[in-house]
Amino acid sequence: MGFVNKEIECMPREELKRLQSERLCKQIKRCYENVECFRNRMDEAGLRPEDIHGIEDLHRVPFSYKKDLRDYYPYGLFATPMKDVVRVHASSGTTGKRIVVGYTRDDLKLWDECVARVMGAAGVTDEDFVQVSFGYGFFTGGLGAHGGADYLGATVIPISAGNTANQIQTMIDFGSTVLCCTPSYAMYLGEEVERLGVKDQLKLRIGIFGAEPWSEDMRHKIEEKLGLKAYDIYGLSEVLGPGVSGECTEQAGMHVWEDHFIVEIIDPETGEVLPEGETGELVFTSITKEAFPVIRYRTRDICSLNPEPCKCGRTHIRMRKPNGRTDDMLIIRGVNVFPSQIEEVLLKVSGDQITPNYQIVVDRVNNVDTFDVNVEMSEAFFSDNIKAMEKLEKSITEQLRSMLGITAKVHLVNPKSIVRSEGKAKRVIDNRAGKI
Amino acid sequence: MIIKQLSVFLENKKGRICAAADLLAQNHINIRALSLADTSEFGILRLIVDKPEEGKKILSEAGIVVRVTDVLSLTMEDTPGGTLGVLRLLSESGISVEYMYAFAGKNDGKAIMIIQAEDLEAAEGILQRGGFQQAEIEGI
Repeated sequence: MGFVNKEIECMPREELKRLQSERLCKQIKRCYENVECFRNRMDEAGLRPEDIHGIEDLHRVPFSYKKDLRDYYPYGLFATPMKDVVRVHASSGTTGKRIVVGYTRDDLKLWDECVARVMGAAGVTDEDFVQVSFGYGFFTGGLGAHGGADYLGATVIPISAGNTANQIQTMIDFGSTVLCCTPSYAMYLGEEVERLGVKDQLKLRIGIFGAEPWSEDMRHKIEEKLGLKAYDIYGLSEVLGPGVSGECTEQAGMHVWEDHFIVEIIDPETGEVLPEGETGELVFTSITKEAFPVIRYRTRDICSLNPEPCKCGRTHIRMRKPNGRTDDMLIIRGVNVFPSQIEEVLLKVSGDQITPNYQIVVDRVNNVDTFDVNVEMSEAFFSDNIKAMEKLEKSITEQLRSMLGITAKVHLVNPKSIVRSEGKAKRVIDNRAGKI
Repeated sequence: MIIKQLSVFLENKKGRICAAADLLAQNHINIRALSLADTSEFGILRLIVDKPEEGKKILSEAGIVVRVTDVLSLTMEDTPGGTLGVLRLLSESGISVEYMYAFAGKNDGKAIMIIQAEDLEAAEGILQRGGFQQAEIEGI
């Protein structure tokens, strides 16, 4: 499907690696000269920029962390004078101070191109009407998707997130063919479309969804409810925003735009680089960004890479869907729990009938962690029979126990009662802070 | 006779029954009979209303999980042993009752019973043959 920059997207890997090496050396030098935090780390490691001759030396370079963004808040990690910075974005994160990132004019251009490549790979063209239902503002989703669609020459419908009735009316009235939003919001829109019975009035054909982990089952449900093909787009503000990688029509992993980003998988415990194909923590180095470059940035996303050539012709390596963020990981009664595991169980138990909307609530009472899972009910599943309902509850509890090894208290709650903000469902509420 | 009942899922939280009742009242739907089943985790509110399909639509649109279910309604003598007569007949015929609720009717010496059973049609036939009168929604 549509190439935005075919020469780059299909560049032979050897050539791509040469390009990466050349850009990496320049970036290391720039950061050493302009970013105090990076210079200190290099000095501590006894490294000089000229010790790095190419990507083969990258593993020697010190990591950077989300904490750095807080410690050097707001502009301490910027590598250009502020007069060259034309935009900032920020995110609150789940804990602590918010973080700020910045872009020069050229950074915005490369961001737009990266998003456009993802959209193009999914089949979006300049004939499409792209409804951007990601939130606009500090969040990179809205303006990121907007820029990509604009770059492609599509007709952008900048509706932002929220006001579901208006979203659906706009899809119908404006003939939206592409929807960009979070997968949980897409699911919610799909439910509403189903409830209103207006699916046949929609012209949607492609969905570009990201900014949240989601499962294959969820993909199928969204595709069915909205009548489109759903594609995954990946990114994080610290590295770029959406568009670091994205799926092509093969729907088999997300191509990382390696001319701009070097991707590594490391063992999160030891920091050792793992061989391609193994599962570990994703680490990115942005080799072209000017205002806010990152060197070996620890994403905390758990993922693996697939170096196999892709049928679509793109040579850029594919990453699998991250199956959890290390900082999404909860430790409950000493056991590691990823929210995605709960989603998996719910889909399995319900035989696809329960909306996989759930919320984990963790608290601490008398030194013991409490673990509650709220599950939204759906009309299709509800039965007038108490025994059947209790059986469902019990079955979820048992499957969770067999997957996680600990017992959760399952509560069936009203549909749409779990709060969504900016279209992102709040999956975890951890009230344990400060409680013994 | 077999009539339509609304079964409403209730999350275990304050104000849920009130919200459903409020919606029905605002839309001039009259609750003729009501029963509440609860477990420690959730409840099911069962309602006989004058306009079940309309009631279902209104509650669904407000995001409440609701189903229309078939139940059996009949009239019986409002005297000691009235309920026993119905139960004995069903029990002797091998029909097991899932749930039931009963209430005194209008001042005609009759009471009304709503029954849910596994085989509703069989139960209906047995009770009819046993001489029990059917109660229509209008009569409730």
